[in-house]
Amino acid sequence: MTTVTPTMFTPAPPANESKPQEHSEIKIRTEDLSFYYGSFKALHEITLEILERRITALIGPSGCGKSTFLRALNRISETIRNTHIEGRITLDDADILKMDVTALRRRVGMVFQRPNPFPKSIFDNVAYGVRVNGLGDRGSLKEIVERSLHRAALWDEVKDKLHHSALELSGGQQQRLCIARALAIDPEVLLLDEPCSALDPIATAKIEDLLFNLKDQCTIVIVTHNMQQAARVADFTGFFLMGRLIEFDRTEVMFKKPSKKETEDYITGRFG
Amino acid sequence: MTLSFRRRAVNAVMLTLTGLCTVFVAGILFVILGYLAWNGARSLSIDFFTKLPVPIGQTGGGMANAIVGSAKVLLVALLMGVPIGFLGGVYLAEFGQSAFSSVVRYVTDLLNGVPSIVIGIFAYAVVVKQIGFSTLAGGFALGIMMIPIALRTTEEFLRAVPVSLREGSMALGASKTRTIFAIVIPAAKSGILSGLMLNLARVAGETAPLLFTSFGSPYWSYGWLQPTATLPVMIYTYAISPYEDWHRQAWAAGFVLLTLVLAVNVAARFAIGRSASHR
Repeated sequence: MTTVTPTMFTPAPPANESKPQEHSEIKIRTEDLSFYYGSFKALHEITLEILERRITALIGPSGCGKSTFLRALNRISETIRNTHIEGRITLDDADILKMDVTALRRRVGMVFQRPNPFPKSIFDNVAYGVRVNGLGDRGSLKEIVERSLHRAALWDEVKDKLHHSALELSGGQQQRLCIARALAIDPEVLLLDEPCSALDPIATAKIEDLLFNLKDQCTIVIVTHNMQQAARVADFTGFFLMGRLIEFDRTEVMFKKPSKKETEDYITGRFG
Repeated sequence: MTLSFRRRAVNAVMLTLTGLCTVFVAGILFVILGYLAWNGARSLSIDFFTKLPVPIGQTGGGMANAIVGSAKVLLVALLMGVPIGFLGGVYLAEFGQSAFSSVVRYVTDLLNGVPSIVIGIFAYAVVVKQIGFSTLAGGFALGIMMIPIALRTTEEFLRAVPVSLREGSMALGASKTRTIFAIVIPAAKSGILSGLMLNLARVAGETAPLLFTSFGSPYWSYGWLQPTATLPVMIYTYAISPYEDWHRQAWAAGFVLLTLVLAVNVAARFAIGRSASHR
């Protein structure tokens, strides 16, 4: 597992192909990022640039390391024992591994695979991050909660029951609540780890619309198993396989004429 | 054909067997409860709740002092056993990965298996020798008995809280401590509380540790440093006496103890249910 990367797996340098047409700044950059669970090397020297105010999708078969990569970006991966990171991750050119982890997570929000609302009221769920980070007083808290629920396209459905338990909501609503909760602290980056895998197509469509609308406000990185989803929402797509980044490019390029055979095989459904 | 007949026969036999076992277990419980309720309720009177015990030879009287005494002893036990057990459980569930914590877990399980009379002797040596027979000493003994269960139930219920909730909290910039107190403990609250209630019910009926800690008294016990009557010790004393009237009162005491424990349980569940739906 720790052998040197064979040349055919060397990740394409994304900068050459994608940057010239973009006016966007680089928000997150990883350099030779490797990730270990104990002695198992789950990520092999990932070098990747994520542009500001764009949606970047990460695709690949189960166990390819895309979620591990995502979870390294806000260092939530550190909560698992016996793991460590090698290489560099920068957020606006600052090394996140040297940042205060609380400050980092305030700037880089995350939405998980399964909706995980806290067993509290809808209001308290959204207010939680604001309170924890000591942002906003009592008056502005209500405004923040309302604004966040609007941004997550949930306000109309819950405005009359803000003090009901969040667990009364449907799965799709719960996931949008989790997005609202993440947005309440105005993150610069939003990481989404297969946010629609537990949802039906209608709820999925709502979340995808939402991502489109959020795009001008923050940088979005989404891990998905669903290739149509990546094709629909993402500006850039990265394909992971066996802990390596095989290819990273503009989404049209990835889906129309990928340069690597593995990418083409995966996208056309020949494996995975 | 024969195969399906065999399957159905085996199914019928097993179903009957498991059903009978269930009926047997539930039956024992209902017989005990029913017998106690029948004898106890018959022997109850207002005097039982309002009067002090009367000297041997007279009939009548009540166990007002023992009811209050039991409540006071249990309060001391609760104040002592629950904080220690609860915080220990939080430690084991959230920070306990070291060798030290497996030692703690093991010792706790051992403590849970120590006979209650030994706990009583321990309390006698540690507390009674210093301050004498008292409510405090009785509460101390029962409090020690509460620690292991409080600790392990807290640990189990905290562990049962999904990792996704912890991650959700930490991903919003909450520290581990904040996550534990604001998210994990509230999520496990109702389980932990019902564990505590069962724990309290269990020690409420303990007699042996009280025999030489809170001792007993035919009078009102004021404050926390005097010997006090308690319901289990009264039941014990009255039930082994040769007097018909005392037997009657022992039944009544058993019934009252059972009802009080049940009432506390129901009240706690009601309170938890309300606060849970309110949030």
